[in-house]
Amino acid sequence: MAEQYIYAVARVRSRELSLLSEAVIGQLCAASGEEDCLRILNEKGWGNPDLPSEEMFREEQKKTWGFIRELVPDRMEIFDVFRLSADYHNLKAAVKESCIDGIHPGIYLEDGTLDQAAVETALKESDYEALPKDMRQVAQEAKETLLQTRDGQLCDAIIDRAALEAIRKAGAASGEKLLKDYGELICATGDIKIAVRCARCGKDRSFLMKALAPCDSLDIELLADAATSGVDAICAYLDHTDYADAVDELKKSVAAFERWCDNRMIETIRPEIHNPFGIGPIAAYILARENEIRTVRIILAAKRNNLPEEMLRERVRVMYV
Amino acid sequence: MSLGLFFALTGAALAAATSGLGSARGVGIAGQAAAGSCTDNPDLFSKVLILQLLPGTQGIYGLLIAFICLSQIGLLGGGADPNMSLSTGLLYLAACVPVIIVEPISAINQGKTSVASIAMVTKKQETFGKSMIFPAMVETYAILALLISILAIFGVSGMAA
Repeated sequence: MAEQYIYAVARVRSRELSLLSEAVIGQLCAASGEEDCLRILNEKGWGNPDLPSEEMFREEQKKTWGFIRELVPDRMEIFDVFRLSADYHNLKAAVKESCIDGIHPGIYLEDGTLDQAAVETALKESDYEALPKDMRQVAQEAKETLLQTRDGQLCDAIIDRAALEAIRKAGAASGEKLLKDYGELICATGDIKIAVRCARCGKDRSFLMKALAPCDSLDIELLADAATSGVDAICAYLDHTDYADAVDELKKSVAAFERWCDNRMIETIRPEIHNPFGIGPIAAYILARENEIRTVRIILAAKRNNLPEEMLRERVRVMYV
Repeated sequence: MSLGLFFALTGAALAAATSGLGSARGVGIAGQAAAGSCTDNPDLFSKVLILQLLPGTQGIYGLLIAFICLSQIGLLGGGADPNMSLSTGLLYLAACVPVIIVEPISAINQGKTSVASIAMVTKKQETFGKSMIFPAMVETYAILALLISILAIFGVSGMAA
């Protein structure tokens, strides 16, 4: 089975040479401004000086998925696990757009598995049958909740939970350890973020139970109980889980915790850098590229807003290579 | 035609067949990795080609054993004994067993090691010398099996004479 990806993995090994290393990220952090960063990125093959940075990120994402499509044209569905978050983001956007007047350009993401226009139309016409089976009930529930209660947070919570469940399910169904670990990590860290946000907003237990997605590495009942008591109680609960390392970061800030989540993901995929067989190195390359784009986006935003270099260095992610 | 000659010929044929199959698989998987590396960096062609060819030697060892065996039983130059005893024929077959078993296994494993070495060269071209050593280590056991089969075949033909 693993031997069918030998060619693809060898090509990924070649492409890994052009991933941004820690040294390049250091250069970007030390750059004098956004223009200097764009020049360095341009030298590394990113975009061109005439493109706005958001367009450059879109181009880079397209490049990644174009490359993966070329490598495994008949097994693309295995990587749906990485694209489901875009689908559920589009669902959220479509639900909200269908409940208010007007057209809102730029709210949809392009790299999902579903046609964004079809999702938009299905929600506008309340034609839930046009959506994939797993999405129908959540789309209906979210739209009805928004229409009846006008509670955008509850609508978001319903869709976010469904997204976490779908990612975890797709990871487990792939039969690949790396993708299963990815699904579990995304679901668990998503739950922690939701619990912290709810604790800060003083949400009650019933809201938490609607928002938290079940996963293997966390007991959502205990997490919901902790969240009703506050962030310190969440930290005390996490101390006894696989996410004990995250507690210090969580105490610092949500940004520090998100950085920990991204770094943990890189640590999870790092063994794939030495694996010459299987789908793992290809999946790891996709995640490494996403991490790279996210880090560059943080750096450019910081440069644009003249943030000090020390503050920026606290936010940049660990690189895959 | 005696059953002894049949078993001796079976030994020679299996030595060539299993080693050839193993090498074909080993060279095949290494070739996929080599093609992947060369797609983005054609300059690597000469280096990865050598790594791809390493698992091909087991097929040659199998062929060599088949030649020696056929020659010793007289099927190459004529003069084969149609009344070869069953025990002599089985002894020839037994002499070929190290090559029949070890060569295909080592060829496939060498192919996999070559894939890993090709990844190493792709990342750092200057490691080519070192990367050759890893698949070459697998070759050791193919050579040991070859030596034992050669010694055993000559031993059997000495007994038969």
